[in-house]
Amino acid sequence: MSEVKNVATRDSYGNALVELGKEHEDLVVLDADLAAATKTGVFKKAFPERHIDCGIAEANMTNVAAGMSTCGYVPFVSTFAMFAAGRSFEQVRNSIGYPHLNVKIGATHAGISVGEDGASHQCNEDIALMRAIPGMVVINPSDDVEARAAVKAAYEYVGPVYLRFGRLAVPVINDRPDYRFEIGKGVTLRDGSDCTIIATGLCVSEALAAAETLAAEGISAQVINIHTIKPLDEALVIAAAEKTGRIFTVEEHSIIGGLGAAVAEVLSEKRPTKLTRIGVKDTFGESGPAKELLHKYELDAEGIAKRVAAEMK
Amino acid sequence: MDKSALLKTAVEVRKGIVSSVHSAKAGHPGGSLSAADIFTYLYFEEMNIDPKDPKKADRDRFVLSKGHTAPGLYSALAHRGYFPVEDLLTLRHTGSYLQGHPDMKHIPGVDMSSGSLGQGLSCAAGMALAGKMKGMDYRVYALCGDGEIEEGQIWEAAMFAGFRKLDNLCVIVDNNNLQIDGAIDEVCSPYPIDKKFESFNFHVINIDGNDFDQIKAAFDEARATKGMPTAIIAHTVKGKGVSYMENSVGWHGKAPNDEEYAAAMEELGKAGEALCQK
Repeated sequence: MSEVKNVATRDSYGNALVELGKEHEDLVVLDADLAAATKTGVFKKAFPERHIDCGIAEANMTNVAAGMSTCGYVPFVSTFAMFAAGRSFEQVRNSIGYPHLNVKIGATHAGISVGEDGASHQCNEDIALMRAIPGMVVINPSDDVEARAAVKAAYEYVGPVYLRFGRLAVPVINDRPDYRFEIGKGVTLRDGSDCTIIATGLCVSEALAAAETLAAEGISAQVINIHTIKPLDEALVIAAAEKTGRIFTVEEHSIIGGLGAAVAEVLSEKRPTKLTRIGVKDTFGESGPAKELLHKYELDAEGIAKRVAAEMK
Repeated sequence: MDKSALLKTAVEVRKGIVSSVHSAKAGHPGGSLSAADIFTYLYFEEMNIDPKDPKKADRDRFVLSKGHTAPGLYSALAHRGYFPVEDLLTLRHTGSYLQGHPDMKHIPGVDMSSGSLGQGLSCAAGMALAGKMKGMDYRVYALCGDGEIEEGQIWEAAMFAGFRKLDNLCVIVDNNNLQIDGAIDEVCSPYPIDKKFESFNFHVINIDGNDFDQIKAAFDEARATKGMPTAIIAHTVKGKGVSYMENSVGWHGKAPNDEEYAAAMEELGKAGEALCQK
């Protein structure tokens, strides 16, 4: 077996923007003094005239993008999730969401896998915030292949899209010829009969590894990748509930308001099913190497497998 | 449009403001009336626009950053022919397209949704930058309140626009000196407003914002100014044209009752008649 490649989805973001920028002259990228970190630096280098560094002023950047979109540009607003969804929430809500403008928000450094920078920069609330805005598409890709496909799909979709990317290099799991990305369509990655693990973002590869461990313990876990949290693939969630009757959600986000909440909303109303939300447990993160934090917060394969096995007893 | 026609039109715009707010039983007459002459000049003289083609690509843009004075914008748009003047009476009514604050999705002629203070100038800067990048020569106007500029984002936008030398951008500050909690220099003074914009690399012009000669001169000067955006500090009277509302903070966000409405319309009617006799 060839060695698994690891790529941070923030790199996928920058690279995808360069590819799209070659084809589409209306694509512009905005940054708030973080182009080196959001990995849009490659776009800046390729298309300096279409890269707008707004300085450390995220609220202004968000609205500048809104204004540009009314004049025919397709702006990708780039900064850390903490500032894109957090600091600029009201700008996104009122000046992008309300008028349903064609602005894409590329939010990098989401979740605790930001690592050493610690809790102030580890946004575990962005999915909850963005999901609450009417008409906002929320995408949290699982790897390099999916992230690049998501950026392309976001460009092609007309309307506001929130894209969530990570800082940590994560395994490439979708590198196969028949891979297709469709906004709002979840993907079953592994079949199983005892329970279903619905994961998003970097937790998808961890969930797949957890399913291996669980199989060895005699638990057959189906694994579903939900890259689009809004609109949620309700039919797939309900089908999984009907098939296995036991659902786990896994996300590098608060258990409040994110994927777990979205799945809970669907199941409680349409197909009541026992559910366990695995995620950041209503707490702030802390400083530390990303992988150590994922382990400590039980969001790596080991943590997920242990939790599922314990709950399935 | 000559000055006499502008004066008469401004009276009609003011009537529309008073009528719509009265019909809505809510809304913001004070700041709509203080800026009524600016709305009138922009929509009837200054801007390159076509009510029959509200979205034409090369039009001048206007962003009402102080979105609560929507009645002033709506009245100017209606009188300019974007939608029927009678529709002003549906302002803020359930099911009407005339939302309490500007809604670009449903109101012809509204270039940007606004209402949450501090955001409009950034949107206008984005439009101006887009024009520069596309090599188009449209101009962008943003109207801010003097209380609104207490919002920090205004100065983020000013820094951006000044740094990028957006000379196709013109911000007008409606300096009527009153905000909800009182006089702006008693709440959290933004003065000196002109020096602030100057230090953010704007060309600054101070005018009486209720005087069409000065308004015209300022917009002409703004258009001729190259290499930097322009800020027009328009010194105005809040509630201008309705004597009992003038310089009264209580009329920031309150609708006139039936008697007050009748008195206001009578006063505006007489003002209009006096202009016709000139």
